[in-house]
Amino acid sequence: MKFRNLIALVITAAFALIILQAFTITPAAGEITLNEFGKADINNRTAQLYLNKSVNTDNKKVIYQESKNLESGSANIVTSVVANYRSFDTLGEITVLFLAAAGIGVVLNLENSKKKKFAADDSSLILNTGIKLLFPLLLLAGTYIFVYGHLSPGGGFQGGAVIATAFLLKMLSDNKFEIKEISITLVESTAGISFVGLGLYGLVTRGSFLENFMATGTVGQLFSAGIIPLIYIAIAFKVGAELTNIVKNLIEA
Amino acid sequence: MLNFLEEWSFFGGSILLIFIGLYGVLSRKNMIKILISLGLMDTGVNLLLVALGYVEAANAPIINSVNPSNAAAFVDPIPQALVLTSIVIGTAVLALGLALVMKIYDKYSTLNISEIRGLKW
Amino acid sequence: MPLISSFLILIMLAAAAAALAFDDLLSSIIAAGLVSLTAAVLFYFLKAPDVAMTEAAIGAGLTTAIFVLALFKTERGKSE
Repeated sequence: MKFRNLIALVITAAFALIILQAFTITPAAGEITLNEFGKADINNRTAQLYLNKSVNTDNKKVIYQESKNLESGSANIVTSVVANYRSFDTLGEITVLFLAAAGIGVVLNLENSKKKKFAADDSSLILNTGIKLLFPLLLLAGTYIFVYGHLSPGGGFQGGAVIATAFLLKMLSDNKFEIKEISITLVESTAGISFVGLGLYGLVTRGSFLENFMATGTVGQLFSAGIIPLIYIAIAFKVGAELTNIVKNLIEA
Repeated sequence: MLNFLEEWSFFGGSILLIFIGLYGVLSRKNMIKILISLGLMDTGVNLLLVALGYVEAANAPIINSVNPSNAAAFVDPIPQALVLTSIVIGTAVLALGLALVMKIYDKYSTLNISEIRGLKW
Repeated sequence: MPLISSFLILIMLAAAAAALAFDDLLSSIIAAGLVSLTAAVLFYFLKAPDVAMTEAAIGAGLTTAIFVLALFKTERGKSE
């Protein structure tokens, strides 16, 4: 037991030494080094193109509520990276999420196992009533977060997580509440198919996968940013359904 | 002094968090403890990535009524976009690991990795 | 601001060490949730509100719940 801890400490220390050594190397001329904290050089990074919305066009100025028809109309730059410039990455990432959820379903193999529910036999009146009140509010909050993802902090991943949390609370408090497997699957696959469908439509009409094929409108308005809100809504439903599925599987295992 | 504190608290703190997680993965015997340590490493890596894109006295990368033009200084949005998805995937993978742990517990009735026999290669 | 963030990082590291040191698995899971929560506040200090929201909703909320569910199905015994 002691010996095991010692070995672990030695391995960790070896890794730490390698990392520390990387900090002490003095760079040769022309070599790229890590910036100090707080001094990241944005002007020489790819980020500058995303901030100016000038990857394909030559644009230098973005003004709130004024600029029109930019190549990506989202006011939240993180959203424009996740759901527009690098949306193919995001498609891969929600595929990983789907594989993890499917893996949990396969590993737990619910049909052959005896059922033992997590919730207490009778949850108290206060808990039941409180969650009855809280459930629609949480759904509303999640919806707000993903619908406004291109204007304010938030988006499909956060909104989906909040919706999954609402269903988790409902499943924990209410014994009789059950979500059918088929409805989760339906929501999830519809969202996935619409994501890929949006991408394919861009491929057919504009020539590259997931390219923006709608008018981007004015920066900062609710109906703007082209396909970004549509993609984020698809992501929100997919993430929400998958996280709910994971939680449901773990509760019923 | 304060600048030095801030600079090294983020980089040093997140790297230290990664090493705490690594030590936990290597030294603990309880499977749930190992998964907790993996989660700690995950948090540390995310914190380090976001700290690398930080710019002093800059704004969050959102154009809104407070900050109506892109002429102002912004922090780097790319690490934030990467970390956003990495957190979600980290949780899903941890859940997959926990499902495996539950299955192993059904079979061997123990969480201790040194008591699990019968792994045949 | 530097003092607050350094203080929070100290809390985070202490909670991480506690998560490894606790014998009781439930205490350990709660300490890991505290690490995620402080990390969410630190993300906000680093001007990353999107990441802070994700970490608070998923890292601190759902992950803790998933761990507790798995603990209920296995054993809340002593660990080494």
